[in-house]
Parts: sequence; structure tokens; C-alpha cells
Amino acid sequence: MKIVVCIKQVPDSTARVVVENGRVIWGDAPLIMNPWDEYALEAALQQKEALGGSVTAVTIGDESSKEALKRALAMGAEDAILISDPALVNLDTQATAQVLVAAIHKIGAVDMAFFGRQAIDGDSGLVPAQAARLLGWPALTLASVIKVEAGNVRVERGIEEGRQIVTAQLPAVFSLTKDFGEPRYPSFMGIRKATRAEIPTWSLAGLGIAAPLSVIAWPEIMNPPSREVTCQFITGSGPEEIAETLANKILAEKVL
Amino acid sequence: MNTWVYIDHFKGRALPASWEAIGLGKTLGQVTALVFGSGIQELAKAAFEYGADEVLLVDDATLADFRAEAYATSLSKLAVERTPGLILFPTTTRGRDLAGMVAIDLGTGVMVDVTSLEATGDKITVTRPIYAGKLLTRETCSSRPQIITLRGRAFPKPAQQAGRSGTLTRVAVTTGEFPTRVEGYSTTEGGVSLTDANVIVSGGRGVSNNPALSPPAGLDEKQAEIWRAQQGFALVIDLASVLGAAVGASRAAVDAGYVPYAHQVGQTGKVVSPDVYIACGISGAIQHLAGMRTSKVIVAINKDPDAPIFKLARYGVVGDLFQVVPALTAAFKQKMGK
Repeated sequence: MKIVVCIKQVPDSTARVVVENGRVIWGDAPLIMNPWDEYALEAALQQKEALGGSVTAVTIGDESSKEALKRALAMGAEDAILISDPALVNLDTQATAQVLVAAIHKIGAVDMAFFGRQAIDGDSGLVPAQAARLLGWPALTLASVIKVEAGNVRVERGIEEGRQIVTAQLPAVFSLTKDFGEPRYPSFMGIRKATRAEIPTWSLAGLGIAAPLSVIAWPEIMNPPSREVTCQFITGSGPEEIAETLANKILAEKVL
Repeated sequence: MNTWVYIDHFKGRALPASWEAIGLGKTLGQVTALVFGSGIQELAKAAFEYGADEVLLVDDATLADFRAEAYATSLSKLAVERTPGLILFPTTTRGRDLAGMVAIDLGTGVMVDVTSLEATGDKITVTRPIYAGKLLTRETCSSRPQIITLRGRAFPKPAQQAGRSGTLTRVAVTTGEFPTRVEGYSTTEGGVSLTDANVIVSGGRGVSNNPALSPPAGLDEKQAEIWRAQQGFALVIDLASVLGAAVGASRAAVDAGYVPYAHQVGQTGKVVSPDVYIACGISGAIQHLAGMRTSKVIVAINKDPDAPIFKLARYGVVGDLFQVVPALTAAFKQKMGK
């Protein structure tokens, strides 16, 4: 089973992210592997352990993104590839999907491509389905349970109404939700291996494609309007009185 | 501008954000609703009643179950033939996959999970939250059609006008070899969806700390904690059911195993925007606040007066949630005549 996991490096979810002088900054918060990609990697590693094969982690970014790839290696991926090129800036989801699909083609004979459901910076959640469309593979998005048997895969997908159970044939694209189960921690051996790993960098020329055109532009990023609220603390002689006052206040808002 | 609106539904039951999308489309001009499925005549009728001028109805047995690949193929073919300027989708699980695939088919892009929008001629500029709402971004699309998914509850739902009608156009399905097969569903009945909810009552780690409870004998420490949390969440659920509210939870409560992930509100859960958000025993970690900060009225009940949640709250109670929440449930029951 040849498995690819597409990951992204993002500011930690606990970071206080703000715009200052037109730039997005996150203080001294660390850059981490997108939390949802950890579930994707966990799913990939479990498939490899059950079926044999190898897991390759891929990301698009600059030299610093190798840290996220090293985390993937430390968790148990066999290989990691950095896609880096000066032309790869301000990519929209369509362009991102084209680059990742080119990498999947170059890796070749891939059976399963895993993604997190979305990245916690851009919050688009489009790349898995778009990559699947470009590949012509089934898009098994928002998967929480994955079972492979003789080239067929059965997936439970999260939808608003519960779960949809879908079957398809490999190769296929998967996006993973937190329901899948907790990702593992890097092992000591894994960390040693990751520290020593030489991570290859592929350029656009190496992928054999021209710079993809991004049609979505984001001319402005802003801080949200601040919520000017002063909390009105409700007090009283006991819970009943507090509840009475609070219920009246909420009802007076006329939104219930 | 010729605006198309995709009506997202599950077995003929539309998600309210579909009607919100028609409402927004009407502010830009004529609206054509796309109703895809099998046996979904009633949905076409409802689309007219919510304001659609035309309905493109693709009613075919092969569309009985939603499969993004099959739906996208029919939708893209229609768009190539009829060249809409704008296609709106609700930001739902189905809407997101479908919008993404159609954009690939048509060589255009998607502006996703949009919360406000302005049009200058046929050019749309949207605003949407990124970093779970910690920041906002303005976006434009240089190609056509412009494809946009709209966040639920970000735009008003138009009133339903009984008997209103329009042009119904039946269109044949575009067939093809589609790679997935739907085997069935396991649905959660009865619950209110978090992203559609007017009111949400959420529980955090604090729901497991009731000192007045003694867990049944024979449980280990973790089991006892879960048992305590379940008793605590029962109070949250009681309040939610009186208010017709959805039940939410903090990441801490989900990670501790108190409630399933489907309830998680925050950066790695659902981003919600109800009229009333009642946080019980939630201190307000930044990733939780990011997921609920646009709620209209936030109420926090917490024993720690310094909890960050109070910085967003309009009303706060510093106290024991195990006493305050049941008292609040009783007060609403009485006042709302239940």
C-alpha cells in the first residue's frame, strides 16, 4: 500500500493571531503540524500497519516547513518531501490541489492520499475534494472509520445528520476528522530518525508543472471588530434568585 | 446578475442555510435554485416559496443519495450550458465538497464560509473568517462563475410565502461512472444541529467537578470522572431541552471523553453563531472563544471569577453550576410555560 499524507504547517491553535501593519503575526507561538493533519497521518500509519507498505508525508512551504515533515517522520512516516518554489506564494485551494496532485503523480502508484479535513489557518476545507476531482479518484471526505479489504474501502463519513457509509475502490482520497481517534506521539526512535533525515525538496520544474494560477485573491486581512462587552455579573441570595434574574435578563433580550 | 443557489438537503429535508442563500441571492437579482435528488418535488415548491424565480430540477433515482462526484458532474454541465455569474452554496459538508469539485470542473475558485458580501456590478467581494474567526479576510475571484459557500446563520432567512411560484425547468441527470457507492446511514435523530441552532448550551471540563456526588462503587478514577461528567452534562442537556437548544462542549470536555466530538465548539470543532450561547463550566480557552465569539448574547456560568469566558459574556454568574444550571432550567420552564 503506497500512502501519501498531505500536511501543512500552521501556527499553534492556542496562538493569539493578530494583524499588525498588514501582516499576520502570532507572537512566540510555535508553528506546528496542522492538528487535523495529525489525524490524517494517524489514519495513514494505521493503514500501513494493517496492510503493509509505506507512508510519505508531503507539504508545500519554505525551508521551515521541514519541521512539520520531521514530526511526520518521528510519528512513523517512511519518507517526507518538501515542495518549495519561489513561484508558490499566495496559493488558493485550486492551485494547492494542482501542486499536490502533481506530487502524487510524481510519487507514482499511490493507493491512498490522506488529508486533514481543513487547515486551521485558512479554514477552507476544499483541497481534499478538489485534489480528488483532479485525480479522478473518489473523495472520501470527513472520514471517521476506514476499512480496506481487497482493494475496496468502506468509510464512515461525518455529515450534519450523522454518518454516511460509503464504499469505493482504491486509489482514493480521504480527509480525516477528529472522530478517527487520537494521533500517536512520536517515538524516541522516530525522533532520532527524523533528526538525521535528509528531506528532499521538489521545485515546480522537478514536478514538471508550470506555476499554477490562483484565481482567488485576498487583498486585505483584518482583525475582527472587538466585542465591546462588559460582563454584567448576576448575584443573589441563592441559586434560585440568581436563576430568576438571569432568566429574566435573557428573555428581555428578545432572542429566544 | 444571474445567481444560482444550490439547495442542500438530506432526504428532501433542506438545511436552513439553503434558504438563507436564496435570500442573499435575491438582493443581487434573479435567483435560480438548483434542486437535485430523487422524489424532491416538494423541495422545488419550497424553493419558490422562499423566493426562487426559477428552479432547475434534476430528479433522478441515481441521485437518491448524495454523492459529490455525481452531483458535481450534473451541476458543472448545467453551468457550462447556462453560464451563471454566481453560484451560492450553504457551507455544509455536502456544499463544501460540491463547490470545490465544481470549481475544478469549471476552472474557477471558491470563496468559502463567507459571512458578508458586497457586489459592484458583477464583481463580488466577500468577507470570511480565517483562523477560526481570530481574523477576517476579504476575497475576490478573478474568474467566472464566482463560487461562494455561505456560513449558516450569517445571512437572514427569508420569510416563506405559501403558494408563491415560478418557472420550473426539469433537467435530465448527467450520467457517468461515479466511483462511490452509498451503503447506508447511521443518523443521530432528535438532536439540534450546532451550526443551525438559535440557542446553544455548552458544557466544559467543569461539569465533572460536582463534589456533592459520590460515584457508584467499583469504578476506577477515570471511570468515576466520566460518570461525574455524565451527571453534569445531564444538567446541561436538561437546560438545552427546555430552550430547544443544541448541546455544545469545549475541547477539554471532548478530549476527556465526556461527550462525542460532534459536540465540540471551537477551532478544531464547530464554529457557531447562535443568538444565545450559555457556557457552563467553560473557562474559555482561546480556541474555544474563537469558535463562539460571534454569538449574539453570551452567558457564562463558572466558579472562577477570572475565567476568560467572562470577557466575552454579557451576563455572568460566578458560582456553582450544579446549583445554578438546574435553577435556571426550572426558571425557564416556568417562564416559558413548559
